[in-house]
Amino acid sequence: MAKYLLLKHYRGAPAAVNDVPMDRWTPEEVTAHLKYMDDFAKRLERDGEYVGGVALSPEGTFVRYDGEGRPPVTDGPFAETKDLIAGWMVIDVDSYERAVELAGELSAAPGAGGRPIHEWLELRPFLADHADTTE
Amino acid sequence: MNEALLRELVPAVIGVLVRRGADFATAEDAVQEALIEAVRVWPDDPPREPKGWLVTVAWRKFLDLARADAARRRREERVDEQPPAEPAPATDDTLQLYFLCAHPSLSPASAVALTLRAVGGLTTRQIAAAYLVPEATMAQRISRAKRTVARVRFDQPGEMATVLRVLYLAFNEGYSGDVDLAAEAIRLTRQLATRTMHEEAAGLLALMLLHHARRPARTGTDGRLIPLAEQDRSRWDTRLIAEGVDVLQAALARDRLGEYQAQAAIAALHADAPTAAETDWVQIVEWYDELVALTDSPIVRLNRAVALGEADGPQAGLAALAELDEGLPRYPAAAAYLHERAGDRATAARLYATAARAAVTIPERDHLTRQAARLNTGLRS
Repeated sequence: MAKYLLLKHYRGAPAAVNDVPMDRWTPEEVTAHLKYMDDFAKRLERDGEYVGGVALSPEGTFVRYDGEGRPPVTDGPFAETKDLIAGWMVIDVDSYERAVELAGELSAAPGAGGRPIHEWLELRPFLADHADTTE
Repeated sequence: MNEALLRELVPAVIGVLVRRGADFATAEDAVQEALIEAVRVWPDDPPREPKGWLVTVAWRKFLDLARADAARRRREERVDEQPPAEPAPATDDTLQLYFLCAHPSLSPASAVALTLRAVGGLTTRQIAAAYLVPEATMAQRISRAKRTVARVRFDQPGEMATVLRVLYLAFNEGYSGDVDLAAEAIRLTRQLATRTMHEEAAGLLALMLLHHARRPARTGTDGRLIPLAEQDRSRWDTRLIAEGVDVLQAALARDRLGEYQAQAAIAALHADAPTAAETDWVQIVEWYDELVALTDSPIVRLNRAVALGEADGPQAGLAALAELDEGLPRYPAAAAYLHERAGDRATAARLYATAARAAVTIPERDHLTRQAARLNTGLRS
């Protein structure tokens, strides 16, 4: 089994085919989209491929150390940040092919007009934290 | 005996062990172990005296733990096999445990976790599941909290305000995992209110009961949030409302108003309205005035502005809102609501979209997104 991170971007991914902000959909289209996402996660969970998932607020802050005895410096949120993560899902699957298949399904979630969004999702393999037991 | 009844005995049993000379941290661990054994043994072999059984088993567990501890430290420590005679409690052990677990030296998250375990009798696994953190994380949080209060004397008077805040936080956590923290918080608050006759404990109990009564109507079948005005009021729990109103009236009659009583009074006025249109907004605004006087909280002023928008019209609400800081949580959502009522749907749609981006929960974000979508759809056609 191999773990993959499925990353969804607010910004930073190539533009989706059906690229309309959610507040410009009809309420029914919003509901259909949320149901699709929910059903997807539930099915993965049932099939033993779901590890976890999180939705993130779009408002974030950058923080860095500013020297001994000084409070950390904070900055942001930056309107111009190129990359903004919306959330992630971690899956544990048999193969890279299976991970691609699932990401494709998630990207087909319905959007404006009830048509698939064709959103770009980022798929990142986990690095295992132990070496193979067989050499 | 069901699990809830079993858990009710927990604080008293911890109290007995502490009076016999056990330290709180070890006593608490010992009682947890006794509980686990009770759950295993009682179904086949129920004891005649549940509390006595728990005390005996917990004391034995305590001796084991104390011995293991002594061995680990390679110290010869003589622990009496026979428990010393118990001094008659001068104070209410259960009440003292509330104060200890919500001690002001603890962070709110630690105080809530410790209260749920030592007063509520929940296991670390259950508390971890409710807060969606790993069990090891919750175990560390609880043992750190126990170390923090290790030097607090068990019989010293505590602070009611922190106890009430801890219970309020637990209530707001609601329902996730296999434990209903809202129901558990109600049980603990009811127990506290009965023992102390404190009017704010009663106020908090009334507030919880009145909010809990609306829970079945607050979520749609697909998990969506249903705002108060759109809820099916026939699904409100009338028994809980009646109890909440009774508790509140008895507290208000003592004439020592506090913020929980005032909040409960607002909840009671909502509960009293057969339809949203029949809500007594004028009285609700008066209660918000009381709350502003008691707390001077900007969040309360924001809620007051929305209530004023209902009582005196959306322009009055918007004028009250204009005096507040736009950076307040839920400011854009309140402004969106009032602008729509005032007929400015384009501004309302824009503000709902802003509010959705600032939402702190997924149901709230989805609800606000739907509101923006609804208005924008209307504007297009």
